[in-house]
This record gives sequence, structure tokens and C-alpha cells, in this order.
Amino acid sequence: MTSNERPLSPFLHYRWQYTNTLSILHRLTGVFMTLGLVLVVYWLAAAAAGEENYDLALDLLRMPFIKFVWFTWLLSFYYHFLNGIRHLFWDIGLGFERRVARTTGWLVFISSIALTVLTWMCISVRLYASDNGAFL
Amino acid sequence: MSLRSPLSKVLGLGAAKQGSHHWWSQRISSVALTFLAPWFLLSLINLGDVGYASFTSWIASPINSVLLSLLIVALSYHAQLGMQVVVEDYIANKVVRMITSLIINSALLLLAVIGVLAILRIALSVAPAIQFQMGTGS
Repeated sequence: MTSNERPLSPFLHYRWQYTNTLSILHRLTGVFMTLGLVLVVYWLAAAAAGEENYDLALDLLRMPFIKFVWFTWLLSFYYHFLNGIRHLFWDIGLGFERRVARTTGWLVFISSIALTVLTWMCISVRLYASDNGAFL
Repeated sequence: MSLRSPLSKVLGLGAAKQGSHHWWSQRISSVALTFLAPWFLLSLINLGDVGYASFTSWIASPINSVLLSLLIVALSYHAQLGMQVVVEDYIANKVVRMITSLIINSALLLLAVIGVLAILRIALSVAPAIQFQMGTGS
């Protein structure tokens, strides 16, 4: 019966670390953005369906809950984008050292939040400047 | 002693008969997206106004409609590859896994087709202000 004592599911036995936190965040943001792709395509399709339909769609896309979804989508995008570049560097064999991996991990985490806030502010400024500003 | 046949070694495709195709496709699409995604985001910020006239004339510009179509295709392809890995990792039951994959793949293909068709419709119906955007120098 010794075989029963072997660990079967690594994620249930390993100590929780920053590495697997960043890894699971990469997946979560990817899955979330895939769901959010429906909104992006809806937006494009609405633009193709004429002005009346597009205005109706914009009302929907500007609802507070959808705005929250856009914000989360943007945050997900920046995280997935920056961490994806980190992964691409790993693929060519760079950045594996413990110190470098830890530093770039933090860099990705903090930069994604900072860039999201910055982008949101840019778009908000535009929003107040015109009636038809981005719906974010 | 290796049990692999010389042919199998040469083909290098392994047990799944796919080799590194999935892995490689994911990298190629991700490299494309590192350019296309920031381009779209910056364009949106730069455009500011997403009202009907402004947004459709932006899409209708030749360069934008081409790049936006590429973005939609690369995005849905990358999403399909990523979702497939997630499904394969977390769904143990083979039948449920296959059905889930099928639904996700079909949905993403549908989204890509709708997206590209929408861009085409806009590009073919709205006359773009080419002279203005290209800067004819006149």
C-alpha cells in the first residue's frame, strides 16, 4: 500500500510560493480575457450594425458593471502581456536565475497595476473632454 | 537501447503525433500579440472618441482594418490554444473534456468570424479619409 502515500497532485502538496501565484494568475487572466473577447466582438459587430444599434450597444457597454469588467480586462491584459513577455524570455533561456525571476515577477505585478491605472486615467480624461469618449 | 523506430526519431513528433506544433503556435501568436495588442490600446487612447462616426472611420482606414483583423485572428487563436491547455489540465473526464474543448473552440471560431466580418463590413461601407490620413502633402 506504499504507493498510496505518494503525492498525486502537486498543487495540493507543495508550499504556496510566488512562482505558482504568478503562474495561476497568468492562466486566470487568460481565461478571463477569453470570456471578455465576447464584449470586444460585440462592440465591433455593433459598429457594423449601424449608428442606431451602435448607440444602444454603447449604452450597454458603459453600464457600471460592464465598466468594472473593462477595468478588470485591462488589468488582466497588462498582467498577461507583461508576464507573457517574461515567459518568452524564459523560452530563449534568459531570466531563470532566482534573483532575476523574483525581480521580474515583482516588476510584472507592480507594472501591470500602474499601467492599468495610467491607462484608465488617460481614457477618463478623454471621456470628460468629449461626449463620445471611450466607455471605460 | 531505444525502442523508438528510426522513422519516429526523424519525425520527432512523439506520442501525441503533434510534436511541438501547439507550443510553437502559442509562441508565434504571442509574439504577434505583443505588437498588435498595444497598438490597439494606444490607438483607442489616441482616438479618445468612440462615437459611431469616429470609431467606424478609424476602423475603415486600410491599415487599421488590416491590423485589427489580424488582432482578432491572433487573439482568438491564442485564446483557443491557451484554453485548450487549461481544459486538458483541469478536466479529468475524457468525454467532458472533449465536449468542453469542442464548445470553446467553436465559440472562439465564431467570435473570430463575427469580428473579422464586422471589420470588413465597416471597411467596405465607410469611405475612409485616406487623403487626410496619409497626408498627400498638397
